[in-house]
Amino acid sequence: MHRIIFKESLAPGVTRYRVRAPDVARRRKPGQFVLLRLREEGERFPLTIVDSDSEEGSITLIVQEVGVSSALMARLNPGDAILDLLGPLGRPTEIRRHGDCVCVGGGIGVAPLYPIAAALTAAGNRVTGILGAREQRLLILEEEMRRVCADLHIATDDGSSGTRGLVSDLLRDRLRQDDRYAFAAVIGPVPMMKAVCAVTKEAGIPTIVSLNPIMVDGTGMCGGCRVSVGGETRFACVDGPEFDGHRVDFDRLALRLKGYHHLRECALQALGPREAKAPQ
Amino acid sequence: MSGAPLTVRRPRPPRQPMPHQAAAARVTNFCEVALGLTPELAQAEAERCLLCRKPLCVEGCPVGIDIPGFIARMVKGDFEGAARTLREATDLPAVCGRVCPQETQCEKVCVVGRKGEPVAIGRLERFVGDWARTESSAPPPSLPMTRPERVAIVGSGPAGIAAAGELLRRGYRVTIFEALHEPGGVLMYGIPEFRLPKEIVRYEIQQLRRLGAEIRTNALVGQTVTVEELLGEGFGAVFLGTGAGLPILLGVPGEHLNGVYSANEFLIRINLMKAHDFPRHHTPVFVGRRVVVVGGGNTAMDAARVARRLGPEKVCVVYRRSRAEMPARAEEIAHGLEEGIEFFLLTAPVKLLDRGDGWVRGMECVRMELGEPDASGRRRPHPIAGSHFVLDAETVIVALGNNPNRIVPETTAGLDVTPRGTIEVDVDGATTKLGVFAGGDNVTGGATVILAMGAGKRAAAAMDEYLRGQRDGRAVAKATRVGIEEN
Repeated sequence: MHRIIFKESLAPGVTRYRVRAPDVARRRKPGQFVLLRLREEGERFPLTIVDSDSEEGSITLIVQEVGVSSALMARLNPGDAILDLLGPLGRPTEIRRHGDCVCVGGGIGVAPLYPIAAALTAAGNRVTGILGAREQRLLILEEEMRRVCADLHIATDDGSSGTRGLVSDLLRDRLRQDDRYAFAAVIGPVPMMKAVCAVTKEAGIPTIVSLNPIMVDGTGMCGGCRVSVGGETRFACVDGPEFDGHRVDFDRLALRLKGYHHLRECALQALGPREAKAPQ
Repeated sequence: MSGAPLTVRRPRPPRQPMPHQAAAARVTNFCEVALGLTPELAQAEAERCLLCRKPLCVEGCPVGIDIPGFIARMVKGDFEGAARTLREATDLPAVCGRVCPQETQCEKVCVVGRKGEPVAIGRLERFVGDWARTESSAPPPSLPMTRPERVAIVGSGPAGIAAAGELLRRGYRVTIFEALHEPGGVLMYGIPEFRLPKEIVRYEIQQLRRLGAEIRTNALVGQTVTVEELLGEGFGAVFLGTGAGLPILLGVPGEHLNGVYSANEFLIRINLMKAHDFPRHHTPVFVGRRVVVVGGGNTAMDAARVARRLGPEKVCVVYRRSRAEMPARAEEIAHGLEEGIEFFLLTAPVKLLDRGDGWVRGMECVRMELGEPDASGRRRPHPIAGSHFVLDAETVIVALGNNPNRIVPETTAGLDVTPRGTIEVDVDGATTKLGVFAGGDNVTGGATVILAMGAGKRAAAAMDEYLRGQRDGRAVAKATRVGIEEN
């Protein structure tokens, strides 16, 4: 059992937790994730480890409410426990000294991006951050990113913060203004990753993306998290979650992510109104 | 005029029938198909045994159960004694009695089987295992921890359970590391409830705990803790019973479509995560009106029969060779046929067809014919030109076996693997890394529960010898056995 130590709301429907998991906290590296199961009837679902505190023996997780498990997670409070927590899983980000790097995050994708940006900076890189969200109040980890990035740019769909538009356009602008990057890390919704990777490919910037396909066991058994990378089938849980952004088939990934959308409402309704919606 | 006296030979009574749940009823539930012998039937079946003095059946058993010994006690009505005899050789009698391929092991060589049907050794083992669980009042034996060393078992499937049981009996302190949230390995996530009720697996795991084993779930060795760290943290030896890994996919266009599952994923969703009880259980699974399963092994039969129970109109099994080459047990194929599963033999998938929105709508197949024998000794199938046809399907399940899991070999320096990725071991299960032993599907590739148990038991004996300084702690001569291919 893994006790929740701390909880705070970051944006509507987005919550940050610190959870006691000393073994994971001690050895996790940027880019890795954990698998959670909240109760006996619960699903197994992956969450990226955003941060860790080995002294407190805790890891930081950020959850956006999208389905049954995230709705149930939103109901948990400090003192409550998570039934099962497995990790750290996946391959850590390969942190090297590239020089100038750009980290592009969209929406909830800023959560897994933050530890990578922090590690790149710690390794002596100069990191530019580009964050995007639909609107200002949905922007997360702006302060944290500002701390680990040499400079930070923001784009929102409605212009309520930073420039109005998409992060891919913002990146293209930076490149036009003669910004040069030796490495890019891009994490966010699939269409955003696809658009940004098209820009970095054109500019010849080696790019990694972190993928979040549907997973069941997370240990290299079920093959549910298969993705197509450079025409080859790879498994996000053991080969990933990070892959060469220029070789990922994002369209296939987008279709696979929709595999159970038609059942989501049914599952939420079965939870009942009391559990389906967390008090805001 | 008196001839030689006639030797009166009592005709041997026929094999006692096993009560079964009727096919029409069982496809609507997940309850066990074979219902088990009554004490009367079991005793009558036990009486068919000749109690051979040089029993061939024992040689046919991968864990060397004293088969005439336990059957002799059954004949006397001493089920408690029979259970004790079984326990000397196996930790999972109720499991093996159900899932062992007895027809190719003990029962294949049974002398009674030379004229008529062999003694139903598996059913008797199952009876005694069940009796011990539900009727016996005997407390589990208390095993003194006579040895100072601690041993780590990685994986709580059949190999790990057998190794743990054997090491506990030899006086060691045993800690089992399990990656999933529930111990039991393939017995929990792979084999369906109607073949092996999970209550039995939980009971057997509980028995191990009562014998003193500590079980740590949610611990993926290689990630949560490495083999090196286990050796450094005071474990004198480590047994790797990590089982099979990533599924082998079709390798034809369309395997990424929604509605296409590996058998592993499909079975994990249902057996472990209870997706058939969605939305009460939160893990979903999608079964359309027509289901096609690809493969001819026991896993393919399990997947097809699980799918059958989720209410589709039609479930088909597609296999590229003929019935004679199917690796599945005859009993499982027969059960599938009774349950209305259709078989397309000598048929291979060519590609999966997209409905237009990323979901599968069918599978293009080609008819095959058998040619010359291949490396596995089975006749190699060849496609027949111009014989393509389409099977409609909203759900496709691929059961072509697994590749070995890479996590432990990749995180353990000095642990050699074969070109196939299976772990290199010697005949006793010692690996190339000092103090590390291995057995089961991670060594053989996809095989059976009982072969994994046999490997676990052998490795445990070798670990004992190593810890007593009586043998080398690493492979003496490599002797990796060739596994049984599923496809």
